[in-house]
Amino acid sequence: MDFELSREHQALRRLIREFAEEEVRPATRQADRSSQPPLKVLKKAAEIGLLGVPFPREYGGMGAGETGYCILMEELGRVDTSFATIIGAHIGIGTMAIYLGGSKHLREKYLPDLCSGKKIAAFALTEPQAGSDAASIKLRATKEGDSYILDGSKMWITNGPMASTMSILAVTDPALGARGGATAFVIETRDENGQATEGFTPGKYEHKMGLHGSPTAAIAFDNFRVPQENILGQTGLGFVVFMQTLDIGRVSLGAATLGGAQASLQQVLEWAAMREQFGKPLAQMQSIQFMIADMAAEIEALRSLVYRTAWLVDNQKPFIKEAGMCKLLGSEIASRCVDRAVQVLGALGYSRDVHMERGYRDSRIAEIFEGTNEIQRILIAEQLLREVGVRIRP
Amino acid sequence: MDFSLTEEQAMFRDLFRDFAQKEVAKVAKHTDEAEEPPVALLKKAVAQGFLAATVPEDFGGAALDPLSYCLLLEEIAKECMSTAVTLAVHNSLVNATLVKYGTDAQKEKWLPLLAENLGAFAATEPDAGSDTSRIATRAKRSGGTYSLSGVKVWVSNAALAKVLLVLAQTEGGPTMFIVDPAAPGVKIGHREPTTGLRGVATNTVYFDFAEVTETDRLGDEGAGMSIAQAANTQLQLALAAAALGLAEGAVALGRAFAIERKQFGVSIATKQALGNYFADCEIEGEALRHLIEYAAWLASEGKDYALAALKAKMFGAKTARAAANLMLQTHGGYGFSDEYAISRLYRDAKALDFLGGTPQIGRVVIAQQVFADSGLAIKP
Repeated sequence: MDFELSREHQALRRLIREFAEEEVRPATRQADRSSQPPLKVLKKAAEIGLLGVPFPREYGGMGAGETGYCILMEELGRVDTSFATIIGAHIGIGTMAIYLGGSKHLREKYLPDLCSGKKIAAFALTEPQAGSDAASIKLRATKEGDSYILDGSKMWITNGPMASTMSILAVTDPALGARGGATAFVIETRDENGQATEGFTPGKYEHKMGLHGSPTAAIAFDNFRVPQENILGQTGLGFVVFMQTLDIGRVSLGAATLGGAQASLQQVLEWAAMREQFGKPLAQMQSIQFMIADMAAEIEALRSLVYRTAWLVDNQKPFIKEAGMCKLLGSEIASRCVDRAVQVLGALGYSRDVHMERGYRDSRIAEIFEGTNEIQRILIAEQLLREVGVRIRP
Repeated sequence: MDFSLTEEQAMFRDLFRDFAQKEVAKVAKHTDEAEEPPVALLKKAVAQGFLAATVPEDFGGAALDPLSYCLLLEEIAKECMSTAVTLAVHNSLVNATLVKYGTDAQKEKWLPLLAENLGAFAATEPDAGSDTSRIATRAKRSGGTYSLSGVKVWVSNAALAKVLLVLAQTEGGPTMFIVDPAAPGVKIGHREPTTGLRGVATNTVYFDFAEVTETDRLGDEGAGMSIAQAANTQLQLALAAAALGLAEGAVALGRAFAIERKQFGVSIATKQALGNYFADCEIEGEALRHLIEYAAWLASEGKDYALAALKAKMFGAKTARAAANLMLQTHGGYGFSDEYAISRLYRDAKALDFLGGTPQIGRVVIAQQVFADSGLAIKP
């Protein structure tokens, strides 16, 4: 057992923290108010190699593995959930699906530009009628010679409007359904000049309660052509590639929520030391002390879970159940910690003049996206019940 | 024991529900998005007598009994929490306080104005949140006139108010004053950009040697703190009723969505995990309704209902927040979109943890009562 991060990972954390404080933090308020992604910050993140953190060097990545990627997401989550979401959609699911499912040729073709930030990725799975029930997707991919033609729409696609490369799941054989009849593709949705490719409609930004700096949209495909060689994994088995991608994404989402929870605790500590009521600092009140203790205990447990799960991933051990736990516990712990921080700040925590307020609106979605917490609970129970010979259905 | 509404109360409830569904529902979304109080709606509320809901008939009011007043706020909060809080602050903090502590002359002077215009209540200061003893706004007396100086924050309704009740320190201790916000020396300041309740005009108010005559002092010098506490009790019961309305509104949205939304080939309402969310909301909603009815009954009997109102409000905040949270979860990704009303209810509900006192300070008060006869001093 060794609970220390390697020297390289410690150095990576220092690098990212400095970047997050100096570059990401100053841009957060503007991104929230304008509902526009902080593209300049994204460019700077790319310049120092942050968009390729987990991927091997041979594909232009940093080679820091899942552990390195969790460090990135934790540090970004501490400062700006919107920015962490842009990065998470780009690295953790958009590019990850190409890395996991792509042939050597596809990896070599797409990963270097994605790791360098020349291109931005998205992951297109959800459809209006296919949320938790992802297997009920309808977007069609019809074979035509050496190509497939995509027709249909996806919704709630993070980075959808600005991404130039997309991992997408489409139905190639309706008779077989998602398991056997769905195929994953990597597609190019914007050209070198940033123009939408023929047959692709980027859609308008959704107006959301939070994560204003992270663009989300419904996107549409009409007679959109993709070469057969762009299939990720095998024809008909795209659902597997997508589910594996989501499994990995859940670990790093847990890391981002860890960062958010940690930042909430820090806010509570600083305010409780400073704010006086009833002739003493709030820190002298047991109600506040107990909140602090609960936050710290939950954060410590989450930290152990996240980095242990990252270790499982990096050491090729089974991690699916633990990944679901990272997402489930992380999102709920973050929501509780943010709520406590808002509460300790009092009415100030309810004001959009104050940084913490954004956390209240931003954090809630983590209990929903990338598989609702209901789905996580089902998946975790499914894994455990399988061990006693019971198969469950959602 | 009789749990039924009187014929009159049932009639009122139907009237309020009708008004809420026909008039309030349609402005709720815009009120939130524009972050503006629903001025046209408030004019209609004036015509209905809702700005003098609990004022005695002698002073031109509708003289609603406490439970009927709760029904009013519940029905309005089902559709728009901002409107419900605006009315709760106006009726419970301002009107009811004037009715209880004002002289006949003060009532005749101010209540007719308040039947047509909003009032606001200015107690909180930057350094005096839960700890109201830290209030630093001064009222310096010179003959028959007081001169007020200080800063009040988080004053709901401030920007629209024609009457302010202001808590300030005098030589005789904390004292309540009735202040015309248009008077020289009173300035409405920064509008708080809030997470929720965006239709409630909440501002900072500055007093810079604002003159108030002795005739506009509410109660005696030194009585301000007990008047503020009584006002807060009135508000707490009103907020509990609004919280119930919000919770019911959330469940109605979640229920409609869960029936309509199909996943895995069925309405998600048939999923046990979601059924559990609705069952929990039902239980808490039912318990909250009875807490409110009990507190309202104590109030109508003229008994002390301070603790009952506090408990109802604290439980109400918890219930409303849990309902909004679970029903947002029921909506899945749609719950995070501004296109669906549930995210507004989720943002609005959090305000119940601050308005009328935090649950942290509420627990201190309840613990004090639990140990009241022990001789022990329970302090925050």
